[in-house]
Amino acid sequence: MATSIIAPATETIASKPQKKLLQRLWKYRSLLILAIPGFALLFVNNYLPMFGIFLAFKNLNYTKGILGSDWVGFDNFKFMFASNDAWMIIKHTILYNFTFLAINTVLAVLLAVLLNEVRNRILSKFFQSTMLLPHFISMVIVGYLVYGFLNPELGFINKSILEPLGKETIAWYASPEYWPYILTIVNTWKSVGYLAVVYLAAIVGIDQEYYEAARIDGAGRWKQMTKITVPLITPVIIIMTLLAIGRIFNADFGLFYQATMASGMLKSTTEVIDTYVYNALLVTGDTGLAAAAGLLQSVVGFILVITVNRIVKRFSSDNALF
Amino acid sequence: MTPKNRTNPLVLIPLFLLSLACLIPLWLIFMVSLTNENDISTYGYRFWTDNFDFTAYRYLRHDAETIGRAFGVSILVTIIGTVVSLFVTSAMAYSLSRKEFPLRGFLSFYVFFTMLFSGGLLPWYLVYTRMFHLQDTLMVLIIPGLIGGFNIFIMRTFFTNSIPPSLIDSAQIDGASEYRTYFSIILPLSLPVLATIGLFVTVSYWNDWFTSLVFINNEKLYTLQYFLNKTLLNALFLQSIANKAYSSTAIITPPLESIRMAMAMLAILPISLVFPFLQKYFVKGLTIGAVKG
Repeated sequence: MATSIIAPATETIASKPQKKLLQRLWKYRSLLILAIPGFALLFVNNYLPMFGIFLAFKNLNYTKGILGSDWVGFDNFKFMFASNDAWMIIKHTILYNFTFLAINTVLAVLLAVLLNEVRNRILSKFFQSTMLLPHFISMVIVGYLVYGFLNPELGFINKSILEPLGKETIAWYASPEYWPYILTIVNTWKSVGYLAVVYLAAIVGIDQEYYEAARIDGAGRWKQMTKITVPLITPVIIIMTLLAIGRIFNADFGLFYQATMASGMLKSTTEVIDTYVYNALLVTGDTGLAAAAGLLQSVVGFILVITVNRIVKRFSSDNALF
Repeated sequence: MTPKNRTNPLVLIPLFLLSLACLIPLWLIFMVSLTNENDISTYGYRFWTDNFDFTAYRYLRHDAETIGRAFGVSILVTIIGTVVSLFVTSAMAYSLSRKEFPLRGFLSFYVFFTMLFSGGLLPWYLVYTRMFHLQDTLMVLIIPGLIGGFNIFIMRTFFTNSIPPSLIDSAQIDGASEYRTYFSIILPLSLPVLATIGLFVTVSYWNDWFTSLVFINNEKLYTLQYFLNKTLLNALFLQSIANKAYSSTAIITPPLESIRMAMAMLAILPISLVFPFLQKYFVKGLTIGAVKG
């Protein structure tokens, strides 16, 4: 008797968590069903491609099929680094992103502080609206806007500035030396307003008591800006910066593809990892290079995000991603 | 000393200049779209014209076959994509927001990991083209934009913070099923977050050209953005479209330059029209996106 009581008892203890999980799953099966479409979409769009990273070590041959293609070890990577392309695109990607980050952060904080000083509500709303608009315009249209200024025959700069001044016109889309500046201006135009609004949200959240206390002590506007506003939004600045550094290996494909009108003559200053992968895959059909460069980007990006999160955690655990 | 409620002009001047800088490129394109073709070839693109000419817009009105079609594809993709996306995202977010749900931890990580690591362009391309054979379909324009980890987490946070669990409990004691709770209690109470995310999904579908660039070769499935992209990068494409509709209009030579810019204006129009009215939601979306919600 005693054993027969103990035996089933141990059995229930052993299988209890599992059984309980299944029971609970059955009880909440409706919640599971609600989650299934999202689960499936993420599986197709995100997880299946992740399993495909092994393609970087294969010589993809469509007739042999994806799984049947030959393994080539690190040959794709060797081939990529054998030319100077790999170092060039990595250098471009990082340098552009650093420049964008530095300029955007300084300007956006400055603008946010200025916006916070605007007392007229309608005026403030007008500034925010116009500054945000570029963020919601597609890169294709941005390409048109750039073309409006730089079209070699009809563009505003050649036709209305350089020609009347008696200077020689410039074939913009064939002159790589100008593009680091042009792309920086376009990027600032497109993102600085959005960043300023984000920083403004942080400034608005500052407790008004700090300012009142400062005014009682006789601090003027300038003192309040530099001694209260800027120090108190510094954590937000640091976190936004760290997050941007986590993405430093990912270039804005749209900017580099559309603003340059995909001009091959500009590659020596405008080719970045993302445009390189795109060209290798869909223009030249060099899938090995596309896979190798893509994997390199994913892995470095992953390591950067994890590292940056560690650092953010040290500053303030509230703002860490995970 | 300036009075308290007056803004210092030193503050206003840089802000005015910046606002101007944001609008000026759009103004240039707009003026070109209204300029007589002869003036464009003589003076180039300018910020003002003495001879206003609406030929480009009149021409586009007649051209239902090409740009009208692209408009249609964009509208269709945007509407279907946004509606389906909101359902799929909110349903998953609702499950993840329920503490009783046994797979909550696992599924949260499953979603989260997609935000950390990606397989890259090539495998992604192969999944849609070689596995599912979706190139040149409307489906491929819709599916990739349907779901994203970020939106799921923003909605989950909203559900957890703004909907008291006791409300769900009492609904279910009254006999409401999970589906009923989700449809008749959660969704109506979540209109602010649905509006904010819906707006961003709408804009990203409307502005998307990358999916078409990668997957679409069939001219009939060009979205408006991709159509514009083609006309900018490929002068022959623009010419062929102009010639196609040439017979249906009374215009002798199609004004290519102004047509091009008029099309760009039409593509910005929907967003610029709603923008001032929905600015609150745009700002909200940006700030929950950047400073964790």
